[in-house]
Amino acid sequence: MIVKQEPTVKEIKNTYDVYKIREDFPILKIKIRNKPLCYLDNAATTQKPQQVLDTLNKYYTSMNSNIHRGVHYLSGVATDAYEEARIKVKNFINAKSGKEIIFTRGTTESINLVANSFGRSNVKEGDEIIISNMEHHSNIVPWQFLCNEKKAKLKIIPIDDNGEIIFDEFLNLISDKTKLISVVYVSNSLGTVNPVKEIIEAAHKNNIPVLLDAAQSVNHLPVNVQKLDCEFLAFSGHKLYGPTGIGVLYAKEEILKTMPPFMGGGDMISKVTFEETTFNELPFKFEAGTSNIAGAIGLGSAIDYVTSKGIDKIANHEADLLEYATVRLKEVPGLKIIGNARQKSAVISFIFDNIHPHDIGTFLDYEGVAIRTGHHCTQPLMQRYNIAATSRASFGLYNTIEEVDILVDSVKRVIEVFNA
Amino acid sequence: MLDPELRELYQQVILDHNKSPRNFKKLETANRTAEGYNPLCGDKINIFVDVEKDIVKDISFQGSGCAISKASASLMSTVVKGKSIEEAKKIFEKFHDLITGKLDEDESIEELGKLAVLAGVKEFPIRVKCASLAWHTMLSALKNEDKTVTTE
Repeated sequence: MIVKQEPTVKEIKNTYDVYKIREDFPILKIKIRNKPLCYLDNAATTQKPQQVLDTLNKYYTSMNSNIHRGVHYLSGVATDAYEEARIKVKNFINAKSGKEIIFTRGTTESINLVANSFGRSNVKEGDEIIISNMEHHSNIVPWQFLCNEKKAKLKIIPIDDNGEIIFDEFLNLISDKTKLISVVYVSNSLGTVNPVKEIIEAAHKNNIPVLLDAAQSVNHLPVNVQKLDCEFLAFSGHKLYGPTGIGVLYAKEEILKTMPPFMGGGDMISKVTFEETTFNELPFKFEAGTSNIAGAIGLGSAIDYVTSKGIDKIANHEADLLEYATVRLKEVPGLKIIGNARQKSAVISFIFDNIHPHDIGTFLDYEGVAIRTGHHCTQPLMQRYNIAATSRASFGLYNTIEEVDILVDSVKRVIEVFNA
Repeated sequence: MLDPELRELYQQVILDHNKSPRNFKKLETANRTAEGYNPLCGDKINIFVDVEKDIVKDISFQGSGCAISKASASLMSTVVKGKSIEEAKKIFEKFHDLITGKLDEDESIEELGKLAVLAGVKEFPIRVKCASLAWHTMLSALKNEDKTVTTE
């Protein structure tokens, strides 16, 4: 994804010390069956730096309190920290205002929020929603619920063998019935970076709003919602080196204003009588109940961490890892990479004709190598390639070239056993 | 050097059955079939059985799966061929005890015969489903249940 300009790349490399960065992640020091942990399952979840762990500890040891309600000192401190985290998220994705940042449990809840609130009030019988063939189940199932309820239709953008969206076919799917386009920014199974800017431009020509599933992008490349001009963007904290159970829905303020609340409860109201309820202002209208306060503050800390390392530098480092891993894995006889898009994030899915991914996963586990094996919650994508599963190595900001070597050598040993 | 636990799981017999599974075909004479599915990994298996007077006259399978599931299906097909439905059920019970570590050490596993090579599965609880999918599917076929069996 990163356009490389030689002098800049060299400068960046000189200032990115991956070995020093690894020191920040206590879990990377542990041994798996006496072998160093080689953690290559970052698309599933990332490890947490000490800075984030310290923030969580500090919150619970010196700030813990409920927010937005209490008049006491701690409640004020916790509220300030929570709202400060919201501003960190806003700045991180360059939203216009903190009102556009809604804390959720994660990408899945963010998408469900849009489907239930925006979707149920805008989609009618016969309308259409467009998604792609490479969506995670979390960007399929909420739309199926909605389409079933409203008798609307789900349209699927086809992809080619390399794992790229067929853009002309996408354009053909757009019609005056299209009410929303919801696509993944970076594919968790293939690593494909979709041409989201072009998708959004085409959608806007037809006045169609766009939701981006950014779960696999905010941690790998700079995301600027104003530049993208997307209406909605969803991501999870735990893939961004933050805690689990916290995520974000970004939405343009003018759309959020028109959307009804998703869940009812405390904090999302301004006045309740038994006859009626007046809803709170944005973004609180969409944050019913006590939020994951520690999670939000932890996410803010994770954003500080990533920002301090530089998302451009991280992207460059990961691009190097991807390039090296791709070359080295291609050395392995019989290995076939699934997903060869021109724009790729640091994810490599691979298969063998005669060795099942689960067998590879078990063997690699004995080498201390953690990869993902299975369908990666993208079963329609697996069906597209006529496979049941892949082995997937996904890289993060702390992975090294040496770990790529361990991965490749371990895979080679598996095929020695199986082809003996 | 392969870890001993791993070597115990992936014995040569298992690798061999994985590479050249026995009875790996669609059985044209089958009068009972069932489909098995493991939603965790997306693996599918189809079992074909030719039952005559409560005896498994012939059995075959098709599908995709890991070495453990494929070898287990292959071994199963060789073991239950010629057995009565009751005997097949009893073998599965014993086999299930074996792979979940419930079989007493002093209890003879001789009657499990070739199936004993799958004993290594007990050290890998997550793979018990791989080893048992074919069996659950076969039992469903024998019961003539017309539904997809899942491991969940």
